[in-house]
Amino acid sequence: MDQTTSTTGQPAADSTADAPSSDRALGAPLVELKRVNKHFGALHVLQDIDLTVRKGEVLVVIGPSGSGKSTLCRAINRLETIDDGTITVDGKELPEEGKALAQLRAEVGMVFQSFNLFAHKTVLDNVTLGPRKVRGLSKKAAEEQARALLDRVGVGNQAGKMPAQLSGGQQQRVAIARALAMQPKVMLFDEPTSALDPEMINEVLDAMVALARDGMTMIVVTHEMGFARTAADRVVFMADGQIVEEAAPEEFFTAPKSERARDFLSKILTH
Amino acid sequence: MDDFFSGFAELFAQYDVLAAFWVNIQLTFWAALLSLVLGTVLALMRISPIASLQWAGTAYVTIFRNTPLTIILTFMYLVVFSQLGITLTDDLNSTFFWFAVIGLSVYHAAFVCEAIRSGVNTVPVGQAEAARAIGLSFLPAARLVILPQAFRGAIAPLGNTLIALLKNSTVAVAASVATETSSLMRTMIEFRPDLMVAIFLLFAVGYVILVIPIGLGTTWLSQRLAVKR
Repeated sequence: MDQTTSTTGQPAADSTADAPSSDRALGAPLVELKRVNKHFGALHVLQDIDLTVRKGEVLVVIGPSGSGKSTLCRAINRLETIDDGTITVDGKELPEEGKALAQLRAEVGMVFQSFNLFAHKTVLDNVTLGPRKVRGLSKKAAEEQARALLDRVGVGNQAGKMPAQLSGGQQQRVAIARALAMQPKVMLFDEPTSALDPEMINEVLDAMVALARDGMTMIVVTHEMGFARTAADRVVFMADGQIVEEAAPEEFFTAPKSERARDFLSKILTH
Repeated sequence: MDDFFSGFAELFAQYDVLAAFWVNIQLTFWAALLSLVLGTVLALMRISPIASLQWAGTAYVTIFRNTPLTIILTFMYLVVFSQLGITLTDDLNSTFFWFAVIGLSVYHAAFVCEAIRSGVNTVPVGQAEAARAIGLSFLPAARLVILPQAFRGAIAPLGNTLIALLKNSTVAVAASVATETSSLMRTMIEFRPDLMVAIFLLFAVGYVILVIPIGLGTTWLSQRLAVKR
């Protein structure tokens, strides 16, 4: 299975050094969506979505609210079920509810808009829970790894606190560490900075940029155009449940092809 | 006035009031333990993703919550014990005691289940999503993430259920437990009708003394253990 082109017919970030905004080599397809459809009642929220994300690629999904971008992100680890079509992660189709699905979710990291740290556990326990209970790591090994990850996202000194004692930006960085602790193949970010006060957005974005530089495969739903420009290999623009346009970030932001994208960008970039 | 208080003294001298209360406390203790276990299992069934389990849990709660406790306890005595001849121990009194515990437990488990479910509703849905997203399947997610928070949110309604259970333990007389407070009260009224008011006051005040600490304790606990968000 070597699908290199996207729906719009343009190369979806070639696998070698000529990838658009980055010189990182992109690998084989890791996440593939084929003709994915979903309805919320009468609302056709995902319409025939075809999308391939390669190993090591950073994909940014943007679009107006209600365009289906969050649903798309959540469908990839089956927090939202789909009506038809297929989603595969690393060659395996998403299983039905059960052990196999739990196993797959362990390999797909997820960062939520509202952080969702386990409110009754300390920061350290938040990060060690998955590795201990899902991966079967010893307490000691899990804590060593957790402390290293917390240091990496800059909240190592908060390990003993409860989530409610942390600022939003700190909580979101803990959430990133918690997801990374499972050593996922791909990380999903569902509007990770939308619930943050402005002065805390950058600390989270910095952690994400660092992660992208380390070669993590990332699918990021965001309104942060700056992040899209600096870190993304490819931008997907969604509107009304469809992928309207996909392009390298520079190309998308300077010369959007579709009317919808031009309209959207004019509304958000003029200030 | 002196007569009034000497009436109490007489009652205490003639009857072992404290022993009767002790029976109700024991009934309550074991039934609370059993109904907490059963109620937790029922709550898990009702929040589980498996439709048949949800249905079974709902059916149980609907049936037992809507059946009078007297009928359940009479059933334990007249049907399970008398008709079916099932005994739990060689000693008749302790057989009746444990039948009463079982009857109280299956009844109050329905209320415990609903109290825990109200606790589950205090846990934001994002907690469950985050638990699933790190690869926990339903039971580990429930055990490690949802229930620990749900119990903290359910302490107050669980306390109410415990208070109801303590008072309902007097219905154990319907399962032939002859040593508990309401049986003793009946005996006392029969033999000392002259002290009627004192007898009623004795048991009323006794239960108030037992219940108030439960109310205070659960309020204190629910504040202390509240999950900060």
